[in-house]
Amino acid sequence: MSAEMSKHKFNILIVGVGGQGVLLASEIISEVAMQAGLDVKKAEIHGMSQRGGVVTSHVRIADRVYSPTIALGTVDVLMAFEKAEGLRAINWMKKEGVAIVSHSTLVPAIVTSSKQYEYPYDAVDQMKAKTSRVIDVAADKIAGELGNPRLVNTILLGVLSNYLPFPEDLWLEVIRKQVKERFVEINLKAFARGREIKLDAVTA
Amino acid sequence: MAKELLSGNEAVARGAEEAGVRLAVGYPGTPSTEILETLARKHRSIYSQWSPNEKVAFEVGIGASIGGARALVTMKHVGLNVAADPLMTFAYTGVNGGFVFVSADDPEMHSSQNEQDNRIFAKFAQVPFFEPSDSQEAKDMLIAAYELSEQYDTPVMLRMTTRISHTMGVVELGEPVKLQERKFVKDPEKYVMIPSNARVRHVVLAQRLRELHKFSEETEWNRIESNGSKVGIITGGVAYEYAKEVAPQFDYFKIGMGFPLPLEKLRRFVLEHEVAIVVEELEPYYEDQLKAAGMMVEGKKYFGNLGELSPSRVAQGLKDAGVIGEVHAPEIDAEELFPRPPVLCPGCPHRGAFMALRKLGVAVTGDIGCYTLGVLKPLNALDTCICMGASIGNAIGMEKVQGSDKGTVAVIGDSTFFHSGITGLLDAVYNQSNVTVIILDNRATAMTGGQEHPGTGHTLMGDPAVETDIETLVKALGVKNFVRMDTYEYDGALDVIKQQMETPGPSVILTTRPCVLMPKRIMEEPYVVDLQLCNACGACFRVSCPAIMASEETERGRHKAVIDQSQCTGCTICSQVCPEEAIVLKSQFKGTPEEVGS
Repeated sequence: MSAEMSKHKFNILIVGVGGQGVLLASEIISEVAMQAGLDVKKAEIHGMSQRGGVVTSHVRIADRVYSPTIALGTVDVLMAFEKAEGLRAINWMKKEGVAIVSHSTLVPAIVTSSKQYEYPYDAVDQMKAKTSRVIDVAADKIAGELGNPRLVNTILLGVLSNYLPFPEDLWLEVIRKQVKERFVEINLKAFARGREIKLDAVTA
Repeated sequence: MAKELLSGNEAVARGAEEAGVRLAVGYPGTPSTEILETLARKHRSIYSQWSPNEKVAFEVGIGASIGGARALVTMKHVGLNVAADPLMTFAYTGVNGGFVFVSADDPEMHSSQNEQDNRIFAKFAQVPFFEPSDSQEAKDMLIAAYELSEQYDTPVMLRMTTRISHTMGVVELGEPVKLQERKFVKDPEKYVMIPSNARVRHVVLAQRLRELHKFSEETEWNRIESNGSKVGIITGGVAYEYAKEVAPQFDYFKIGMGFPLPLEKLRRFVLEHEVAIVVEELEPYYEDQLKAAGMMVEGKKYFGNLGELSPSRVAQGLKDAGVIGEVHAPEIDAEELFPRPPVLCPGCPHRGAFMALRKLGVAVTGDIGCYTLGVLKPLNALDTCICMGASIGNAIGMEKVQGSDKGTVAVIGDSTFFHSGITGLLDAVYNQSNVTVIILDNRATAMTGGQEHPGTGHTLMGDPAVETDIETLVKALGVKNFVRMDTYEYDGALDVIKQQMETPGPSVILTTRPCVLMPKRIMEEPYVVDLQLCNACGACFRVSCPAIMASEETERGRHKAVIDQSQCTGCTICSQVCPEEAIVLKSQFKGTPEEVGS
């Protein structure tokens, strides 16, 4: 764990597309932080954004949190459930921050139906060109192997858990509590798969 | 005491239980909706209901208050415009049981048509308001607001904003208060606002404001946080949190009760500091009043009055004011990418209606709901959206002056029609307008998450209710031309709209397909694209369905299409517009998985 992460002060930005489970993931992180005795705030926008638009959730953890939103350029961990959204949010990161990005690719109709826009299929490479600590995860593929494409969020939570100072048991307990009963087992498996993935194993 | 992670809205619901509220009422509207939803889910000892609109909700709340109960009314900021009529006079009569209404404002217009600052509304109505800065305060201030309401005989506003309503934070829970039961007491001089009574009550209101001003000077909700700094920050609401985040070293005057302002306490604070800076979101509400009272303060010239504040914006403003040095600049450059606006869901029944309207090229007056998304590319099918219920009136006016050569169609959702479309349609009948009104009846208040309304057959608390029948209602208003339309039949929808537009007088088209998400997610057999037949013409992309993606296969440099099997609901619309008949039911496709690109 790096020095700047040991102060119990974390800014975590989660980005994705409506329907990818951004809000559930941020709720789990926040609950874990509160159970660990820290102050936490989690901010996001409901309503319009859930209809296939960009969904962004800010999670702030510290002894005392004031602002509900993160200041631009001060994100410690960026979690992106969709790769273009990861690239879109990269300027929120600190230079030494960690980005955890899924290979998931969701090309919206506004791109496919016109020549005006391009989708950045090389979004992960572009992120790596901008910052050194990018963990790219084939979460869409792993989720497929586990039998449910909606597990991308929990797989990434598993990766994230390596970078926060909370015990594994606490994560598992909160996941059991927050996830619908019939999906608990598969989510615990997804979390375990994510937890095996660390920066060193990827970039070495 | 136990702690829970609660959003501001959930904290208000919890506060309602702790304050002994007996009736809660509102109309769904982002960012206020979850207050009543939480009450109906978690705090079922409180009677809660959706009303057809905010005006009715406010009046129901007034009735409960006059009847002796503590009442809570919730709405988004623009909802208060609808409820303004009862508010302005209820300020005169005052309450019996405590009365608090929540105005959840939406700075930045994340999900709204404007970003009006309702602090000004409270001052206009001359009712006190509290403005929480986080979830804990949302709960605690609601309870304080009920005490104030009963003590000073006044309705009280709780002014939330999106960032307060939708931010989760740690909340320490309290015990419910024990209240003495109140009953209705006949008092026509207080509650019947004929001119002779109202003149007397206006005097009472003026006297009440003087007393509230004294309260505001003394209450701990308006507090000073001293750090021995020469710089004094005057702030409230979420702006307090941003300012504390970026400049905790200054002295703070935290305003928790925003009307009436504690002007004398503020004057002393300003005089005790070399520099006094006002940090507030949206309008210069504090600033104007402080300046009018002769205080040397500045604010808006550093922070602006448009959109949301943020830690970065507040830091930049404080730097411009010369009280802090360099501002932390982002180290990584932003990347300009394609936009990703919200879109209609896969299988959304509105899609077929908008594709038909786009094809006809008529003027389309729109309204507030999911279907407002019909304005976005590539549907491009809406021409106006002003406020709840406006579509029909707009269409009547446009048609009377023959503004569009191709005719005018109004589109309005079922919940919006019940909210404030009925009177518009009555006008169309009365004044024999040639408009065609499409009621997009998806059986839910879908945009805000599928809440119940008078047409759904259920109440907020889950009890069965009478289903108001739109056909009967419309015909009772005097509409002669009424037809139903299946929006999953593209050609059929085109014909129905054309036919109704040619019929003289007002006509109503009622769509028949429910929301694909509510009350139960609809998933029929999905469709696939046969890549052997697909020639990358792009017709299906213009359907604007999130389930239709670009395939990696191309022809003439253009992407072929592929359908995401986990998202397709089997609505059939794309298969109807594909000129190559390349989109077929999955079970009828005989090729290999590679030939559908999945």
